[in-house]
Amino acid sequence: MTDHNPEIERPEERVPKRVIGTPPAATERAVLGEDKPAAPAVVAGVKPQDPRTVRKGERLAALCFTITFLAGIGFIASYVIFQVGDLDGTAASNLALGGTLTLALLGLALGMVVWARMVLPKYSVVQERHVMASDREVRSDVAEKFAQGVEESGFVKRKLLRRTLLAAVAPLGLAPVVLLRDLGPLPETKLRHTVWGEKTKDGKPLRLVVEGTGQPIRAADFNTPGGLLSVVPEGYEHDLTVLAKATVILVNLRPEEIKSGTNKNWTYNGIVAYSKICTHVGCPAALYEQNTHNILCPCHQSTFDATDGAKVIFGPAARPLPQLPIDVDAEGYLIATGDFPVPVGPSFWERGDAEAEYRQKGGQV
Amino acid sequence: MSTETGNRPETAEIPKAVSGPSSYLDERIGAGNFIRRNMRKVFPDHWSFLLGEIALYSFIILLLTGTFLTLWFKPSMGHVIYDGPYAPLRGVMMSEAYASSLHISFEVRGGLLIRQIHHWAALLFVAGMMAHMLRVFFTGAYRKPRELNWIIGVLLLTLALAEGLTGYSLPDDLLSGAGLRITQGVAISLPLVGTYVSFFLFGGEYPGEDVISRFYTLHVLLIPGILVALVTAHMVLMWVQKHSQQPGKGRTNMNVVGGPFFPSFALKAGSYFLFTFAILAGLGTFAQINPIWLFGPYTPADISAGSQPDFYMGFLEGSLRIMPAWEINVLGYTLPMSVIIPALLPLGLVMTGLALYPFIEQWVTGDRSEHHVVDRPRNNPHRTSIGMSAITFYGLLWLLGANDELAANFHISLFAITRFGQIAIIVGPILAYIITYRMCLGLQRKDAEVIGHGVESGVIKRLPHGEFIEVHVPPAEDIEAHMRGKTPIPALPDGSDEKGIPPKGMRGPLGRLRGRMSRTYGGEKIPMDQPHGDDHGAHEEIGEHEEHAAVGATGEGRSLDR
Amino acid sequence: MTRITARRRHPLARYAVLLLALALLGVGYAAFSPKSQSADAAIASGKVDDVKAGEELFKSHCLSCHGPEARGTADGPTLVGVGAAAVDFQMSSGRMPATTVGAQVPRKPLPAWVTQKKIDQIAAYVQSLGGGPTVPSKDQVDPAKGDPAKGGELFRANCISCHNWAGAGGALTQGKYAPNLNSSSPAQIYEAMITGPQAMPVFNDSTITPQQKRDMIAYIVSVREQTDPGGFGLGRIGPVTEGLVAWIVGIGGLVLAAIWITAKRRQAND
Repeated sequence: MTDHNPEIERPEERVPKRVIGTPPAATERAVLGEDKPAAPAVVAGVKPQDPRTVRKGERLAALCFTITFLAGIGFIASYVIFQVGDLDGTAASNLALGGTLTLALLGLALGMVVWARMVLPKYSVVQERHVMASDREVRSDVAEKFAQGVEESGFVKRKLLRRTLLAAVAPLGLAPVVLLRDLGPLPETKLRHTVWGEKTKDGKPLRLVVEGTGQPIRAADFNTPGGLLSVVPEGYEHDLTVLAKATVILVNLRPEEIKSGTNKNWTYNGIVAYSKICTHVGCPAALYEQNTHNILCPCHQSTFDATDGAKVIFGPAARPLPQLPIDVDAEGYLIATGDFPVPVGPSFWERGDAEAEYRQKGGQV
Repeated sequence: MSTETGNRPETAEIPKAVSGPSSYLDERIGAGNFIRRNMRKVFPDHWSFLLGEIALYSFIILLLTGTFLTLWFKPSMGHVIYDGPYAPLRGVMMSEAYASSLHISFEVRGGLLIRQIHHWAALLFVAGMMAHMLRVFFTGAYRKPRELNWIIGVLLLTLALAEGLTGYSLPDDLLSGAGLRITQGVAISLPLVGTYVSFFLFGGEYPGEDVISRFYTLHVLLIPGILVALVTAHMVLMWVQKHSQQPGKGRTNMNVVGGPFFPSFALKAGSYFLFTFAILAGLGTFAQINPIWLFGPYTPADISAGSQPDFYMGFLEGSLRIMPAWEINVLGYTLPMSVIIPALLPLGLVMTGLALYPFIEQWVTGDRSEHHVVDRPRNNPHRTSIGMSAITFYGLLWLLGANDELAANFHISLFAITRFGQIAIIVGPILAYIITYRMCLGLQRKDAEVIGHGVESGVIKRLPHGEFIEVHVPPAEDIEAHMRGKTPIPALPDGSDEKGIPPKGMRGPLGRLRGRMSRTYGGEKIPMDQPHGDDHGAHEEIGEHEEHAAVGATGEGRSLDR
Repeated sequence: MTRITARRRHPLARYAVLLLALALLGVGYAAFSPKSQSADAAIASGKVDDVKAGEELFKSHCLSCHGPEARGTADGPTLVGVGAAAVDFQMSSGRMPATTVGAQVPRKPLPAWVTQKKIDQIAAYVQSLGGGPTVPSKDQVDPAKGDPAKGGELFRANCISCHNWAGAGGALTQGKYAPNLNSSSPAQIYEAMITGPQAMPVFNDSTITPQQKRDMIAYIVSVREQTDPGGFGLGRIGPVTEGLVAWIVGIGGLVLAAIWITAKRRQAND
């Protein structure tokens, strides 16, 4: 690591030996191979502890290490004794294993600190520093050798060699990037649609079903003002990629509470459906206050007004939650009559002002 | 024991068990030279020098516990129906990743403990890095020759955030999924490439079925690999450059004072590793972390109140929360500014600011010399103030990332907290700057006073004419040395020569700005040894000779800032 | 004076100050963290159809806000049609009669005069005014008869966005909050779902069936009663408290250790 600069290391030799730390005892003799009869007491910056302190320290450290020994045995015993499986068993096992492990580690740590503080001598050793840079001579030598190497290699002189080499590695360097292409499909228009625009196998519109039970919802049953339901498309209850765009909250309002921002043609008896995916960064905006009709996203507190087309009344979201057109089928179950008019979820570069486009086409969002 | 050591005959041989292998190695790789130079390498002693070791040791523990967890964890998003011992989830459909995390928690002995230690270690890893980085920043230990190591540190911190994010997403529970969803929402908001980034990361539409296994590879192989390499480089550089030291008695820019690596520092560092491990094991035993069984499996359709990221991501969460709505639509393309700005600006500001600071400071002060004695924070008031206002900025964002918990637990209006945050994030750092600057100057004045007048001795003296005075004595030698370690902050030469023409680098608007900044940033604000023409000087003279020895003795072995 | 100064300079003084600061932090946190109120007595749902007695009680305790025949005033909504379940929920949880005007009426200990019998009587009176949801039977809210796993799915779909994954509660707008569910009795949980008190939406029995509600109750009760296998639950509110603990206990403890390891030992004679 520092082998490159023997000259720089030499000045350390000029410093009195014991300053940089003469071996206090025989421990380093084999490596240093010097015979210097220096008792530890006279080494500068190394001050031995009071013998009483040392004896006390030794006993204390030994006590700590004994605790660690016992705790270590306790750990192994705990592993055998405590079985896991149910919560209480796991709790007991965790406490026993963790408690003994903590104690063992703590004992070792305390013992070592006691050792360092009470047995080891006190150090205030001084070691010289040197400027990091190598000296001028070395630098010019390196420069010379480098120039010589370049010259010998012919890299500068032989243009053909150099240019073909550079040309050769360019496509090779691109290869790994090319290989990553199949990480995923291209976005195309996938973000613009959800499954709500699809039909069932027998050509009927998709029903709205309760998230968590999969039951279809009769409009007549969802009849209490102030009601709320988290709803998913029929047949896709466990398809997370579908749910990430198609989950909907169903809110029951008194028809007279609905304001102009909401498309009333897409409601049924005061039942309104909005995308549950927040238009900010896509958390499910599912917190609904029935007395203020606020829909709040728990992630970043974007707040939407359920009575007024879920327009934003607070927070970082810039667009209302898209409304899903709903109706009832012949059996009275809630269905989606079409897809959301605009892309749901967080904004993206290619999205554009989909709401304005839709309004231009004569729709209400 | 020391008597034993002392009495041991000088000719004692190294035990065979040690000398055998070391000779073997020396004969093959010549390790002797290296060891001779480094075995007694001196390490300075200061508690703040151990902060970085918290991160280092947490990292080692992360590698150990993480390896244990991989033995059972299945990084798969395939659906399974849970039939394990945790009754409130039995029969629920979930990913294999989540099911195997539950398996580790409830059916592997010690599994829950190791999982919890792993998560606590992740928090301490980042927290330790931050504490270490603050120490380095506020004491100016990043200055030449240590800028490279500082840059490595910034990279390490950035990678640690990525490592944390990929890690806590792996169990695929409802809470981690919320973090993943927000990550995707941010990725897709990027102009031009957003949708592609998102589709390539998730293998198609969010969440898809690939992201857990991809994050797994990043989390257990790629990022830790880079981390290990960078941590090694960080250590090697520290070793080669020798550790910086606090100003103090006998400490200069050309030496290092402390204990030898072997045995003193090795023993202390070893014990500190065990302390770190013990604290982590204790936390893993007594403080439940990330109870994934309570969260339930991930579905993009659900969210819980109080969904927060781990603390180190909290500042991003806070900035997303306080950003007002803003979206730009131009020519059929969308720029969701209320996502892009809060997601990228604070992170960019903090990380780029950190990375560039040593070089900006060098440019402003024109200082190209090596520094091995660190500054006391008060002695570079502008740097300290910049640091404090950055901490305020970061801290406020972090706090506001928990605005819902604040609102719920203290019954404050959620919107009021957010509005407060929108103002505080601008006013707070400015206030912090001003207050810190004043405090630094005040502390410097205090130091100058101690040097000039001495310290109150607690001894009350009655003068012949009846007046009572408190005897001031000079500060203890080591404290005085510590205070006198202050050096003026370098500044560019005042510029204009006798004709009033500034030197070459300081012409033009940028040059003039540089000159102005240099004059403000650099120089000596409160000189130490200014003679004070007041009567207290006399007391100092009186006190000096009679009290010096006693105070010097009691204060020995202490340094002021510990 | 010198004694104090000497103590202040004692090497242990630093630890003492740090410990004190940490302790103050802890006490401060404990003082500010919400305390769970004592659990209400379990609610007997025996129906006492004493409309007359209820009317008298209503007149003396409720009329000032809810008006004659509970038609409502500026201070309180009409109670016609809210049903016995709403009365039982509001009164058994101490929310009614309300004492303070704030963003939201909080749960509180019952006033001395409120007994289950009197709640039942007022409930019967209010029920007689315009019908509405009735108090659930004991069997309907028995957690032992529900399937917690099924209930958990519904709980996660509909409840946790306000009440948190473990029922720890959360923030709403304008200072309102979703209360934590630790002290709610099974009957109160049921009644809250069918009546939608304050900001809470209604989950009527035709969309979430009584059986499904019992499943949800089973989930809530089993989760709140279960042991925290990994140690203290830290309020079960997730990473916010975890981050605090990491800094205060983790970094705080390790800084103390670092100070101890590097502190210079004084000689025995001083």
